[in-house]
Amino acid sequence: MSVSVQISHRQGNFSLEAGFMGTGRLTALFGPSGSGKTSLINMIAGLVKPDQGHIEAEGRVLLDTQAGIFVPRHRRRIGMVFQDARLFPHMSVKSNLGYGRWFTPTTERYADMNSVVELLGIGPLLDRRPGKLSGGEKQRVAIGRALLASPKLLLMDEPLASLDEARKAEILPYIERLRDETKIPIVYVSHSIAEVARLASDVVVLAQGRVAASGKTADIVQRLDLLPAEERGEGGSMLETHVMRHDEHYAMTILGSPAGEIRVPRLDAAIGVPVRIRIRARDVMVATRRPEGLSALNTLAGTIVAIEPEGRATVEVRMDCGGAPLLARITEQSRQALNLEPGLVVFAIVKTMSFDRGNTGVRHGGEVHL
Amino acid sequence: MTWLLDLTPDEWNAVQLSIKVATVAMLFSLPPGILIALLLARGRFWGKGFINGLVHLPLVLPPVVTGYLLLLSFGRNGPAGAFFEHWFGIVFSFRWTGAALACGIMGFPLMVRAIRLSIEGVDRKLEAAAGTLGAHPVLVFATVTLPLTLPGIIAGAILSFAKAMGEFGATITFVSNIPNETQTLPSAIYTLTQVPGGDAGALRLTLISVIISMVALIASEALARRAGKRLDSE
Repeated sequence: MSVSVQISHRQGNFSLEAGFMGTGRLTALFGPSGSGKTSLINMIAGLVKPDQGHIEAEGRVLLDTQAGIFVPRHRRRIGMVFQDARLFPHMSVKSNLGYGRWFTPTTERYADMNSVVELLGIGPLLDRRPGKLSGGEKQRVAIGRALLASPKLLLMDEPLASLDEARKAEILPYIERLRDETKIPIVYVSHSIAEVARLASDVVVLAQGRVAASGKTADIVQRLDLLPAEERGEGGSMLETHVMRHDEHYAMTILGSPAGEIRVPRLDAAIGVPVRIRIRARDVMVATRRPEGLSALNTLAGTIVAIEPEGRATVEVRMDCGGAPLLARITEQSRQALNLEPGLVVFAIVKTMSFDRGNTGVRHGGEVHL
Repeated sequence: MTWLLDLTPDEWNAVQLSIKVATVAMLFSLPPGILIALLLARGRFWGKGFINGLVHLPLVLPPVVTGYLLLLSFGRNGPAGAFFEHWFGIVFSFRWTGAALACGIMGFPLMVRAIRLSIEGVDRKLEAAAGTLGAHPVLVFATVTLPLTLPGIIAGAILSFAKAMGEFGATITFVSNIPNETQTLPSAIYTLTQVPGGDAGALRLTLISVIISMVALIASEALARRAGKRLDSE
């Protein structure tokens, strides 16, 4: 168990009553702004002292209001990456990176400057000042700085929220490497289901200061009802696949999954590498016969498991495709026209072009010792 | 230009004394200045308004009043004066140390204001970040807050120095106008204007005071800009 949190806190009109256990590699705290996720992470870091609660990380009690325990932030050995990077403007990138090292007992230092610099690709930036870095570079340096303090737990507070899409795509692979190649457990705050689905092993959904749901990412991503309205379009199903082969002629990669082969735009990954894909429910079409004369390349056969109405106009169709769950969001009109019912054998159609860097995540193998 | 340097020994003494007094006043005001500025910028305590008022008092009181109050408290028979003489062997009244004290106190509000503004400008989120990296609050102050406050500290120090160079009322009231002991530049100029034939000397010293003040101001500007450039706001 990496982290367990139980908090009861009031701040003005807002009350936070939340608890969760983070056991996976990367636990995402997911929810709309104002749901309390940042407060929660600040409490784990020791930046905010809750009214009541108990926090334990890596077997060490950091907060126990009943026993009167409150470990100050500088003794928690918990790394934090802030949304706004917060690099020290009066120090070079190199000094920023080395800052936390000063305060880490020699015996507890496991992170090595060269490995971290290599992992994050920040070698060329070392002599620069933070003011001269782009948003994405700053965030990579901030991650490096937190790592080099050799933390027992790494907290990331919406590290991508203030970046544009291109910068996000630049950083995501580094966070994936962090998740897959280091041993530090990560708690990741986000309001974007795209990030959560791509990065998280476990998800805790927060709404208005309460835990609305928690569980494995694949299960949570399918619960469209848990998603805030503006994120609902991004919801769907998650499939764990692996690279079967590449089609160099058409610049595509063919992924193997329990549901069958799935063709996606060419990925930069070797044969056999695990790839996690998220298929947005709105990107899935449902057909009762195997379609012909259709441009979409992926046709997956399956059985309808359930149909759940979502408002008056739309329904969610849950399918089982060879053991893999697949979710489609279609209109009520289409459902009636096709006479879709649970038990029916159908074909789910997914365009290759609906896959992009935002919903295709390559799992990194190997292990990096920092 | 040579006539400018052709000073009488008394005039030359006044220049040297002024620089000594101003430097000592500035250096000794710095530590309490930073401390009080920090207290006023960050502290939340009862009586903060009173401390703030006390610090600013020399700015609004007539300098003669400040000088007289110093005479009452730091004179040989005053409580503070007796204390310093007994425990540290330091005498203020009618000595150059008294001039430095008067100048330091007159410049203190200016120094505190500059440093306080600068501390209030430091992003506290950076301090929180330093804390999560394992730095004890004292070290956070030394490695993050203080360096980021540096432009304000430099500005405050120079303001205090400049004020000390020009201080007249409180100094002359507290430690009088004794050549070679408490006769600073302004006092010397004042004396020269009171005697027949002193005009040339007064003009010489006036020009010297202008030059010293200008150099100090330009140097502070340059230093603060250099420190500011290093911070290179994000």
